[in-house]
Amino acid sequence: MIHLEGITKSYWLGDRPVPVLRDVDLKVSEGEMVAIMGSSGSGKSTLLNILGILDDYDEGAYTLDGTLIRDLSESKAAVYRNKFIGFVFQAFNLLPLKSAVENVELPLQYRGMPRGERHEAAMAALEKVGLAARAEHLPSELSGGEKQRVAIARALASKPRLILADEPTGALDSRTSGQVMELLEQANEEGATMIVVTHEADIAARCKRLVRIRDGQIWQDNVQTPIRIKESAPAAEGVTQTP
Amino acid sequence: MTWLDRWREIMATLARRKLRTALTALSVAWGIFMLVVLLAAGQGLSNGAENAFADDAANSVYINPGRTRMAFAGHGPRRRIQLTNDDLDLLAKAVPIADRTSARFRPRTDSRASFRDRQGDFSVMGVHPDHQFLEKTTLEEGRYINDADIQDRRKVAVIGLAVAQRLFRDLETPVGEMLNLGRNRFRVIGTFSDTGEQREQETIYIPITTAQLAFAGGNRIDNIVFSVGETSVEESNALVEDLHRRLAEKHSFSPVDKGALRVFNRHEFYQKLGKVLWGIRMFVWLIGLGTIMAGVVGVGNIMLIAVKERTREFGMRKALGATPRSIVSMVLEEALVITTVSGYIGLVAGVALVEFAKRILPEDTGFFREPDVNIGVGIAATVVLIVAGLAAGFWPARRAARINPIEALRAEA
Repeated sequence: MIHLEGITKSYWLGDRPVPVLRDVDLKVSEGEMVAIMGSSGSGKSTLLNILGILDDYDEGAYTLDGTLIRDLSESKAAVYRNKFIGFVFQAFNLLPLKSAVENVELPLQYRGMPRGERHEAAMAALEKVGLAARAEHLPSELSGGEKQRVAIARALASKPRLILADEPTGALDSRTSGQVMELLEQANEEGATMIVVTHEADIAARCKRLVRIRDGQIWQDNVQTPIRIKESAPAAEGVTQTP
Repeated sequence: MTWLDRWREIMATLARRKLRTALTALSVAWGIFMLVVLLAAGQGLSNGAENAFADDAANSVYINPGRTRMAFAGHGPRRRIQLTNDDLDLLAKAVPIADRTSARFRPRTDSRASFRDRQGDFSVMGVHPDHQFLEKTTLEEGRYINDADIQDRRKVAVIGLAVAQRLFRDLETPVGEMLNLGRNRFRVIGTFSDTGEQREQETIYIPITTAQLAFAGGNRIDNIVFSVGETSVEESNALVEDLHRRLAEKHSFSPVDKGALRVFNRHEFYQKLGKVLWGIRMFVWLIGLGTIMAGVVGVGNIMLIAVKERTREFGMRKALGATPRSIVSMVLEEALVITTVSGYIGLVAGVALVEFAKRILPEDTGFFREPDVNIGVGIAATVVLIVAGLAAGFWPARRAARINPIEALRAEA
């Protein structure tokens, strides 16, 4: 599904290029759940941004589902993002002036889905993350874990084939982290290809494949048996309990 | 997105950013409101002034004798200058372009007006036929004083509508009736109205020759009015100055004596007034445009800040599939809605105030009359503000929409 070939990317610091990604090759098939690990500055977030068509690359070729993603106009990029990709960010990136359900509806709105249908789909997604009862709340009225669950609902609502999560648990405590990861795992089981950027080992351990990046290059790439914490009682409790 | 979605989006944003919305709306509405009110006030001022002077012929000159202030040629100061019929001949020679001339004489002896058992205190004035044109008297019925009346010293009178109403109210027409002025009986030959003050309709005009004979006038006249026809102000001023010199010589007072003879050249005055009115109008426009400019700057500023503080939001929207175009049009639609609605509110409020002022102001307040708004100007100003608001929103919005979403997401909220 994803095919990266010789991806190179530099940022300019004044008049000096600083290489961030150097000749990265990566193949990700449909239905995989890949963790990308690396220290800060290793280039892992840049890689994710390129995968999400949020950023350009200098050299190489990125093919997403058979389409070469290169020098797209902003409008085209917007369409691909909307059609293929769901994002989960560390900083949640919910629109502060919109309620939870309105946030979830937004990608569907940009897709042109009629209002009623859109609202139903958004409510279903919120139901899935256990936040149906908080649908009318503004992000400022939600806890960090709830915000991230809304963000996941938003990423899932458009039923994307690829979900990109950038440090999805970076701003959360370990219990809510567990809930968030469970939701991501569930989405993966339902068929979405998942790429999670993280620097937390226990988060990475829950993925089926681990890619380590160092100094802008892929350093290790191993398939692993994911460690699924099945005694996830607190998460289930948090999900089913509605205020 | 459908237009309904867009509309809901706009309304939601405006409703949730109340202060910003209110400030933008206020700067637009206030600009339009002030422009409308100022233009109406300017129009009212200029209507008032035009009306106040439309009462008399615009190019007329008034000669009013007074008392000398300086000793001259053996005469002491404080001597009263008396004009006579001879001065009319002098005028005819000195100012050949004077196309209409009338002297005025007010009775020195009892001229109290009465009809049957009714009487009233009216101003009686002996005049020449040309006085009708010089004073812009509108004849309602009958005729005005003519040359034959002057020649034959006929006892005829033209009365103002106020006089007719007071003394002849139960008659179908006062024309033909006999009116007593003091101990003399005059036949009413006409009635008139006048656009000036009410007082002018309380006047009774009689032939000046009759007035001089019946009310102890001899050959004395009180003042002279004449018009100069189509000439430049410079020419009429020169002629008036020459006339003044000749009269000074004839009545032996100093030509520089300001008190002896007051000459009022309405022609010159009117031109000056026109310039002043033009100045006022330009000034009003200047202030109005200034207010609009302030409104434009205000709207532009708020749009700029709004776009800047939403850069991060735009980044989020783009990550979710918003095209740059949809972001720019969202910003522009917001600006359009807010400026149109508030501009309209300002326009309506301004017009309402003007209409209210029109209703409560008395018909004639001297220099202020019938303030009026040119709706076209108000609408044009609103359109200017809307376009300015759109322009001020467009450039920063386009720039923000073009930013790579990752950079936009990094922007400070």
